Formats: sequence, C-alpha cells, structure tokens
Amino acid sequence: MATAPTADAAPAWTPDQPIVSVRDVHKSFGGFEVLKGVSMDVKKGEAICIIGPSGSGKSTLIRCINALVEVTKGSILVEGQEVNDPKLDQLALRRKVGMVFQQYNLFPHKTALQNVMMAPINVLKQDKREVEERARKLIAKVRLTGKENSYPGELSGGQQQRVAIARSLCMRPDVMLFDEVTAALDPETVKEVLVTIRELAEEGMTCILVTHEMKFARDVADHIYFTDKGVIVEHAPPAEFFDNAKDERTKTFLGQIL
Amino acid sequence: MSDAFASPGRPMAVLLPPRAPEPIGFPRLTWRHGLFFVVAAVLIASMATAQTPPAQPPASAAEALSTAPATPFSVIIKWSPLLLKGFAFNIVISIAAMTLGTVTGVILGLGQISVNPIVRKVSWFLTQFFRNSPWLVLLFFAMFMIPFQFNIFGVIMPFPDWVKAIIGFALPVMANVSELLRGAIRSIPNGQWEAATSLGFTRTQTIWQIVLPQCVKRMLPPWMNLYSLITMATVLASVVGVTEMLTLTAQVHAAEGGRPELFAPLYGFAGFCFFLYCYPIGKLTQRLERRFNVKT
Repeated sequence: MATAPTADAAPAWTPDQPIVSVRDVHKSFGGFEVLKGVSMDVKKGEAICIIGPSGSGKSTLIRCINALVEVTKGSILVEGQEVNDPKLDQLALRRKVGMVFQQYNLFPHKTALQNVMMAPINVLKQDKREVEERARKLIAKVRLTGKENSYPGELSGGQQQRVAIARSLCMRPDVMLFDEVTAALDPETVKEVLVTIRELAEEGMTCILVTHEMKFARDVADHIYFTDKGVIVEHAPPAEFFDNAKDERTKTFLGQIL
Repeated sequence: MSDAFASPGRPMAVLLPPRAPEPIGFPRLTWRHGLFFVVAAVLIASMATAQTPPAQPPASAAEALSTAPATPFSVIIKWSPLLLKGFAFNIVISIAAMTLGTVTGVILGLGQISVNPIVRKVSWFLTQFFRNSPWLVLLFFAMFMIPFQFNIFGVIMPFPDWVKAIIGFALPVMANVSELLRGAIRSIPNGQWEAATSLGFTRTQTIWQIVLPQCVKRMLPPWMNLYSLITMATVLASVVGVTEMLTLTAQVHAAEGGRPELFAPLYGFAGFCFFLYCYPIGKLTQRLERRFNVKT
C-alpha cells in the first residue's frame, strides 16, 4: 500500500521523517467499518489529495488525523506524536493541525476578524495586539481586506471559506487539512478558494485535501491517494495517477468524472 | 451587506440578523387597538349596568344626593393608585421570578448536557418535575415548604410571603428555561462544535464562547413569551395571600360594599392593565421570531 512502515518512529521527530504517518487505521461507526486498514505518509511541505467516491471514508480519515474522530485500531503519528493515545495532549496536536470544513463553520456571532483572532487569544493565550496584527495580515493574504468587520452572514460562501482558512492559519499550524472545502460553493467562487490553497501549498505548507476538483488535484498535488470502500486502492504522483491508472476501480471512477 | 452594518462595536451583535434587516420598532398602538378597547369598555359597562339592581325611587332629593352610589368609573379612578401599586408589585414579582428562574434554569440546562451522567440525570429529572407540575401547585409547594425565616450563622433572614411567591414562580421558569436552553444548544449545528474543537477550544470554552452566545438569539423569543405567561400567572399569588393586584381588587370590591355592578369594571381594570403590559411583549416576540427566522 504505502511506503515502508515507519510506525516505530521514536518520539524525537525530525523534519525528514513523514510529518503525518498513518498506519493500518481502522474505524467503525457502530457495526459499520468505514476505514479498513488505511496507511499513508505525508512529508513536510507536500500537498496530498485524497479522492474517491462519496462514502469511501475520505472525510473520516482526515478527521482522524486531528483526533476529531477516534480511530478504532491503528496508529497515526503527527510529528512523531501518537494521535491515538489516551494521554494525548489534544491542544498540542490541534495547534499543529489546522482544519477547514466543507460548511465553513465560521462562528456567526463574530466578525471575520474576531473569527480569526478568537482561538489564538482564547486558546493559546497569545497577546491580543500581536494576534490582531497577524490576523489582519492573514485576511489580506486571503484577499479579504475591507471585510474584517463583516459578519459571516454578510459574506459569500467563497469569502466565508477564505475567512475559515485564515482562521485556521492564525493558529500557525504545521499541517492543514481541507475537507471538501469547495463542495458547497458556487462554481464561480470555487476558484478564489482554490487560488488561496494553491498559494499555501506553494509556500510549503503541508496540505492534506479531500477534494473532487480533479484539475486542481492534478495541478497542485504532489501525490494522489484514491480511496474506495475504506481502503486506499491506489496512490501515485498526479501525472501517473491520471494518465496511467492501474486499478480497475480507479479507471472506472476517473472515467465517470473526467 | 452595506458598510453601515460593518461598523465595529455594534451593540449586542448576537441579536443582529445576518442580513440587512428592517428596523424593529417597539409595537405602537394604532386606532385599531383603540377600537378594540372601546368595544371592550362598552361590553364591560353594559355588563355592569345589567347587573345593577333596579334603582329604588329616592325618598327625597336630599337622600338621593347623599346615597347615590358612585359610578364604576369614579370607583376605579378613586382606587386606581392603590390598584396600580398592586400591579407594580405583580411586575416586581414577575421580574424577580424571571431573573431567579433564568439564572437557575441556565445552570440546570447546562447540567442537562453535562458529560457527567449523574449531573445529567439529576438535571433532567428536576427539569421534567418542575416543568410538568401546575404552577399553582408549585406556588403552594414554595409557600408551605419554605420556612418563614432562615437562620444563617446566627443572622435571621426573614422570608416574607412575597419572597416565597417569587421562588414559587421561579421554579417553573427554571424548568422551562432549562428545557429551552437544552433545545437551543442542540439546535446549534454540529459543525460549530467541530470547528471549535479543531481550533483547540475545550468543551467548556466552546459552550461559553461559541454555543451560548448563539443560543441567546434563538432563546429570546420563547423566553419573552415565558415572561409574559409568568407575569399573567402572578395573580395566582392572591390565592396564597400576597397583596398583589388581584388581592387588592377583591379588597376594593369589598370596601365598596361588594356591589355586583362593580365586579366587572374592577376586574376588567385589572385585566386591562395586564393586557397593556403583556400585549406589546407578545407583539415584539412575534417580530423577533419573524426576523430570526430569516435563513442565512
């Protein structure tokens, strides 16, 4: 499936080791097994796209990486830290791993700027002025200067999603998870969000994306994973994956989509 | 979308709708309301006249002058300062009961979503118990179960009837607010919790900083409705002898000789005061409901 196992990695993590290492992860909801032994490695600075039919466990997989979902069996290491550890310092994990959701999930009672500033101030207890400066820069970075004081309800879907990206970035994560972040957007606004993510990837942010945007995956990803029915069927660099898929299921899926 | 809505430091931001709203004014009384009151007054007056015993021809002009019964209107005017003072007492009881009930209800409501199963079960039981008991029963319960004074470290704290009445009315408010809060918290999309968790917020931080502020908006209309109901229920306190408006009305009626034709005007006046107070609250609630229903 994936590359040689490095699950026995010592706690001392070095940047040349995979920043996220998933080993034989199983997850069941009730009696239904969503993930049936998934393994993958993500190197620092890589952009990974996970694609596959709906219900194949993509979203569950990335939710496992930041411990929003507890795994039933297996191991996930983020910078050498075991996520599936009852004694896990969840805050330490969550400042390393940022997440952006399909439905944006901005806090509707806070302005865009407050949304971005909230977690660093209230969770990380950082200095308010320093956070505000950083937040304004991030809002400028996602091209929303002038919308700082707008409430989420006053922004378009694409704008809200960019605020959500800025909100996540303000925690200064090492890894960003994107869960079908363009799936709820109008076709015209998809692009503005993808441009933002592309810039992030090009700046060297480690990105793990679940997406249905095949063109984007081909252009931006360093590696593509294809999941179906809870397993990783195939993974390869984009050029090889899209032009030279080996597995029948991959071919069928790509045939339906492209 | 306008920039006017993007100004920082807007007061009570959680109360504001996501999109540009029409201004919500306090409901104003129009000629329609005036018409309604005139019809009501005519009805009450005609009932009063119908109940008047046939007038005995006065023996003499002098006697007629001295014993001519006061008209219902003049009786109300004469006693209105006292009656309105009683009404003010109803308002005081309702506000105090609502305050006490809301504070305890929020605690109980949070208990209902506690991670501790014992706290959760106990909160659930208390909520259901007080929510499904008649208000008058709870009032009696408070009146006769709470001692008339407490001895706290040698300091004797008297508990007059009206304080016990406040506690009695606060009990159903508490249970209803608890249930309102539980419902409001459940109605917050799961994505809000997920987003907060992924940003490192603890459960407590998520509840206080993210979930509860959003619940305020959702809870406000039903909470106002509950207030209006509890205000009207404060007259139940007359049953247990608190000198609020209804008690005073009965006393005034007795002081005026218990004349049957005064019955409708006096109690009508009491009802009218409550109407004037509660109707605008109900209207405002409706408007808030309509506004908060706007989908984002």
